[in-house]
Amino acid sequence: MKVLLLGSGALKIGEAGEFDYSGSQALKALKEEGVKTVLVNPNIATIQTGREFADRIYFLPVNREFVERIIRREKPDGILLGFGGQTALNCGVSLEGVLDRHKVRVLVTPLKTIKETEDRALFVAKLAEIGVLTPRGVVVTSVKRGMAAASSLGFPLMVRVSYDLGGRGSGVVRDLAELQIKLERAFAFSKRVLLEEYLHGWKEIEYEVVRDGRDNCLTVCNMENLDPMGFHTGESAVVAPTQTLTNFEYHELRRIAIQVVRHLGVVGECNIQFALDPYRWDYRVIEVNARLSRSSALASKATAYPLAYVAAKLALGKTLPELKNSVTGVTTTCFEPALDYIVCKIPRWDLQKFRRVESRIGSEMKSVGEVMGIGRSFEEAFQKAFRMLEIGVDGFVSDFKLGPLADELRTDKRFFAIAKALRLGWPVSKLRRITGIDPWFLERMKGLVGMEERLRQKRPPRPLLLQAKRAGFSDARIAALAGRKEASVRALRKKWGIVPAVKQMDTLAAEYPARTNYLYLTYHETEDDVAFGERGVLVLGSGPYRIGSSVEFDWCSVSCVRSLAAQGRKTIVLNSNPETVSTDYDMSDRLYFEEMTLERVLDVCDKERPDGVVVSMGGQTPNNLAVPLARNGVRILGTAPSDIVRAEDRNKFSALLDRHGVEQPEWKDLSSLRSARAFARAIGFPVLIRPSFVLSGSAMSVAFDESGMERFLAKAGSFSPGQSVIITKFIEGAKEIEFDGVAAQGELLCYAIGEHIENAGVHSGDATIILPAQRIHVQAHREVRLIAKTIARALRITGPFNIQFIAKDDRIKVIECNLRASRTFPFVSKTYGVDFIDIATRAMLGDSTGPVHKSLFETDAIAIKAPQFSFSRLKKADPILTVEMASTGEVACFGRSVHEAFLKAIVATGFRIPRRSVFVSIKGDVNRVRSLDWIRALAALGFEMTATEHTADFLRRNGIAAERLFKIHESREPNVRTRLQGRRIDLVINIPFSYDRIEFDDSYEIRRMAVDFGVPLITNIQLARLLAEALAAKPELEVRAWDEYLG
Amino acid sequence: MNRRRASLVLEDGHVFEGEVFGEARPAAGEVVFNTGMAGYPESLTDPSYSGQILVLTYPLIGNYGVPPGTGPESLDGPFESGRVQVAGLIVSSLCPAPSHWSSTRTLDAWLREENVAGIQGIPTRTLTKILREKGTMLGKIVLPGRDTDFFDPDKINLVERVSTKKVLSYGSGRKRIALLDCGAKNNIIRCLVNRGVTVLRVPWDHDLASLDYDGLVISNGPGNPKMCGRAVEEARKAMARGKPIFGICLGNQILALAAGLDTYKLKYGHRSQNQPCLDTRTGRCPITSQNHGYAVKPELGPDWEAWFVNANDGTNEGIRHKRLPFRAVQFHPEGAPGPRDTEYLFDEFLEAVK
Repeated sequence: MKVLLLGSGALKIGEAGEFDYSGSQALKALKEEGVKTVLVNPNIATIQTGREFADRIYFLPVNREFVERIIRREKPDGILLGFGGQTALNCGVSLEGVLDRHKVRVLVTPLKTIKETEDRALFVAKLAEIGVLTPRGVVVTSVKRGMAAASSLGFPLMVRVSYDLGGRGSGVVRDLAELQIKLERAFAFSKRVLLEEYLHGWKEIEYEVVRDGRDNCLTVCNMENLDPMGFHTGESAVVAPTQTLTNFEYHELRRIAIQVVRHLGVVGECNIQFALDPYRWDYRVIEVNARLSRSSALASKATAYPLAYVAAKLALGKTLPELKNSVTGVTTTCFEPALDYIVCKIPRWDLQKFRRVESRIGSEMKSVGEVMGIGRSFEEAFQKAFRMLEIGVDGFVSDFKLGPLADELRTDKRFFAIAKALRLGWPVSKLRRITGIDPWFLERMKGLVGMEERLRQKRPPRPLLLQAKRAGFSDARIAALAGRKEASVRALRKKWGIVPAVKQMDTLAAEYPARTNYLYLTYHETEDDVAFGERGVLVLGSGPYRIGSSVEFDWCSVSCVRSLAAQGRKTIVLNSNPETVSTDYDMSDRLYFEEMTLERVLDVCDKERPDGVVVSMGGQTPNNLAVPLARNGVRILGTAPSDIVRAEDRNKFSALLDRHGVEQPEWKDLSSLRSARAFARAIGFPVLIRPSFVLSGSAMSVAFDESGMERFLAKAGSFSPGQSVIITKFIEGAKEIEFDGVAAQGELLCYAIGEHIENAGVHSGDATIILPAQRIHVQAHREVRLIAKTIARALRITGPFNIQFIAKDDRIKVIECNLRASRTFPFVSKTYGVDFIDIATRAMLGDSTGPVHKSLFETDAIAIKAPQFSFSRLKKADPILTVEMASTGEVACFGRSVHEAFLKAIVATGFRIPRRSVFVSIKGDVNRVRSLDWIRALAALGFEMTATEHTADFLRRNGIAAERLFKIHESREPNVRTRLQGRRIDLVINIPFSYDRIEFDDSYEIRRMAVDFGVPLITNIQLARLLAEALAAKPELEVRAWDEYLG
Repeated sequence: MNRRRASLVLEDGHVFEGEVFGEARPAAGEVVFNTGMAGYPESLTDPSYSGQILVLTYPLIGNYGVPPGTGPESLDGPFESGRVQVAGLIVSSLCPAPSHWSSTRTLDAWLREENVAGIQGIPTRTLTKILREKGTMLGKIVLPGRDTDFFDPDKINLVERVSTKKVLSYGSGRKRIALLDCGAKNNIIRCLVNRGVTVLRVPWDHDLASLDYDGLVISNGPGNPKMCGRAVEEARKAMARGKPIFGICLGNQILALAAGLDTYKLKYGHRSQNQPCLDTRTGRCPITSQNHGYAVKPELGPDWEAWFVNANDGTNEGIRHKRLPFRAVQFHPEGAPGPRDTEYLFDEFLEAVK
């Protein structure tokens, strides 16, 4: 039997790492049953796209066209649509006839059921058949009809879009004007829109349900959203199990959930969301997701029940009673986990990375990741979760910089605002009214604020200290309140015997003995559930996914753990992110679902006494712990912490480069505006500015003149003692080169050199990267390698490292160096078919197998990695590339040429190849002149060209016909807005004046409107040029599997 | 709040320190646990817990407060009898500020009204592990300067203590169902009455021969089945009469003893709301609520067959006569607290009742 599994593609807001977890578990389950698996997923950074997981892997777009071609080629017997999020489900629905034609069976939940859960009208009708309540509502098919229907429903009301993905386009509207705007946007993505009663302030409750082919049906977990109806569940803090439901409510909703799932005929796993009236017994079923979801990943990690694994087994016709609970090893999977702890999920937002973005949160998802705190009290779990976010806070109560309270209570910072309001004495009833959060949670938060006050004393007595630790206060916070050092609080509590206990998450609350290795720490218990015999190696994981640090570091962590296990080492993982594969129950010998803080890592080290700790796989946070851990006597594997310091400290690193004659852009660390201005003037603008005092908002910017520099610094904050700004010469028009390598004791073992398509100035995480580099000189290639070798030797590197270079006029300069695995490690490893992390891990264990033979780096194929942006979810955000990273994920595709790989890669990010018309708008004469070549090429391909006034004039002067469109604010036809709305423009190419200049103008409006109407957008000259070249070259977009490219 | 130290002392020498709540008084009994995450008003009023100090493994208790209480014979509210039945309550964290529209008081206040002691601040997972290995364990709640003796509830007839003293009638249906009350939970009565029958609730040792009924339910209840010989005797007489019988929990064990089968103590008792039980006739595996340390031995002789089997450990969870309309389950089809997957068993039973 052969089964095709569709992945979810790049990580984006609404579809993140949870589908790497679900896909990889499913593949594992299928493999165990001897089923051959074919995986389509262009997300090269995922773990599921590893040879150990699937028999055949296609790094190709998950869309109808490519998947149909793959089906024709692979002739699978069945297809799984439930493990790749909404992307896979939508693709599956689009394949309807194709699947029949090729006799591919949809395993588990049939397409009919999927459609009934996805289409609101069908869904409501279906549930009405069994008397189950859904919100009152009307489905409309046009803006006009919507406006008419609203009058009968009344305001406020909820606008919902079919085939939703992370709630895009959905939201609450309060009047006709808001409704009009909302409907226009919604109809850009969908043909049908539902208007329904707005259940303001009702509780939002979720159940995860599994059902097998024999009709055994149960709920694995229920969850309570802290934020009420009206907040997307991806934006809400969530606890499991529910805390404020009575036995009747719990089981009545459970009964309805099971009844609904049976009636719909779902087989496998699904999620059902309820609205529950907080003032009397009443409920509505909001939706059913007939697939694995973010919530099911959370439920799986919260309960230790392997939902995705079980769902895949059910897909093959297994039944729940016959499957063993792999956590206990003895009991069956046909049961409902009992928790004896509480988990709290909190989303992670990165809104400050975006310009002009709407920071209010609500029915549309904007968060990019999440963490899960576990404790035996709400306070313990909740406070852990805040530290897990890695946003620089020590818990719920923090000194986070806030705007006006009334506003911030509705933004991503609302919990910090609640803390502040409670501190100011706002009553719980008032906060309930504003936030809709149940008083149960607000009372607990109030308790934390009160305890914080009690902790403001130099010598907190033992009972208070114990109480504080049970309430989840960190040593650092207690120290800050007491005016002591963190280390002294730690020493004091250890002296008093206040240490956390290691507890198992065993799915059955200790009722039977269990073998689980799934662990957390708590101060509410005194005995460890596990023994600490054999020493292992502790690998620090990725923490929450965020912009700049994502699934690629989970891949690195997992690869490291596998390599350690292959060397016969006992493996211990610490991570806080429920969307990861590294937190799967069967990935390591021991898993600590814990915070990545010095305190907690030391606690784990006190218990486990590991042989060593790996800090170089999980991104920057664990890397930052290297020095403090070493200072506390923990052995760090790989490059010595003292050498890490030499790379991280700018002055030391700069001196090192100078000593070895390696060039770098001029820079200086300056502590006043005057000196900064003087230095910038001396080296000449533009300059890159990085202030050390940024608390929120952009951390970096490029300034083209003094006023730009002053503007940015004023926005960032102000100079105060001990704070400074780093000013670096910004080199325009330079090429950026990416170097990834592994060394052992300073000797280079393997490396990869990639090339950015975009010129320097675009963050490397947002860049489109060609591997191997194709368009740099052989000489540059050689120089890059030599410099890397020099640095590796000078820093005595052992393990993974990454260096970024810029090249201009045959001069190579180093701009950054990290002594840890980088974002591109999975990309280079999979492109070459050489596991860089395995090599690095062996090197760190002192077991290096020597340099990898050079011929490995001669590849037949070219790989291109392209960024995935989620601008469509971030209302008002300026969709532009800057020195600050903005992409949420990435894909990579292979090809025989740069053009082929490039087109596949951008299509895999959702880009639609233009067929008919291209709109161009270019700011600045220099940019226009530089763009002539590619615009000419596009015109020659027969595209209908349109442009804004100045660009159109310029093109006409240069002999290119382009229709002039009026700008949005000009309100005259032909107008860009009308054309975009009417889908008469296939592609918008909008080149802003320069990187990072803040443009509050029509240029922004055009970009934003393109995103809002779902029209592909390009804002970079080099990308536009490559696209024009690629379209002209018309390469065949081959369907080939990864192994065929590796040869 | 009046915060006073208290400790839980186990007969094996373990001592756990915590804070007393409810009524500050010493208490003794058998210490048992349950891992259910919701349903403390139901559990605390369940007569099966009579004489027992209940440990709730789930760490946050009292979150949704307690709804208004009603008289002992009322079926209103989420209560399984007219009073708190446990001898004491052990929790990790007690919620001081509950939140629910139906709540009128805290758990603390309720226990004070009911004159029952509780301790919070106890590592309930550690305690659960000790109890599960021991099976049964005596224990006591001790206050500074106020001790009490251990008390073994198995030495007295608990069923007699919790059973109704007089015959009570509920509902108005044509079919008359006798409920032999060995400590019956209110929800068994609700489940029957809601199905349109008349329920005649009779004392545990009531002479069934003199009663006019169409079907018999033998209820749940506290303690060791071998302590209620007269109930077993009544069940045997009822079997001779041939009318349909449905036993629940203790009722299952009583029926088994009446049929000449035997019971034994489990290595690990079933004390949770998430027990999968395989229905041997359908192959389906519903989730059930359970609270028992004894089970019917798998040797069922020529006349009886296994009806339900626990999917986790393979122990017997229900028996069925091969020819006659006698059946019983070890779990709680009425839930409360817990899932209601097996409520259909009441329908099946009433179908058999002519």
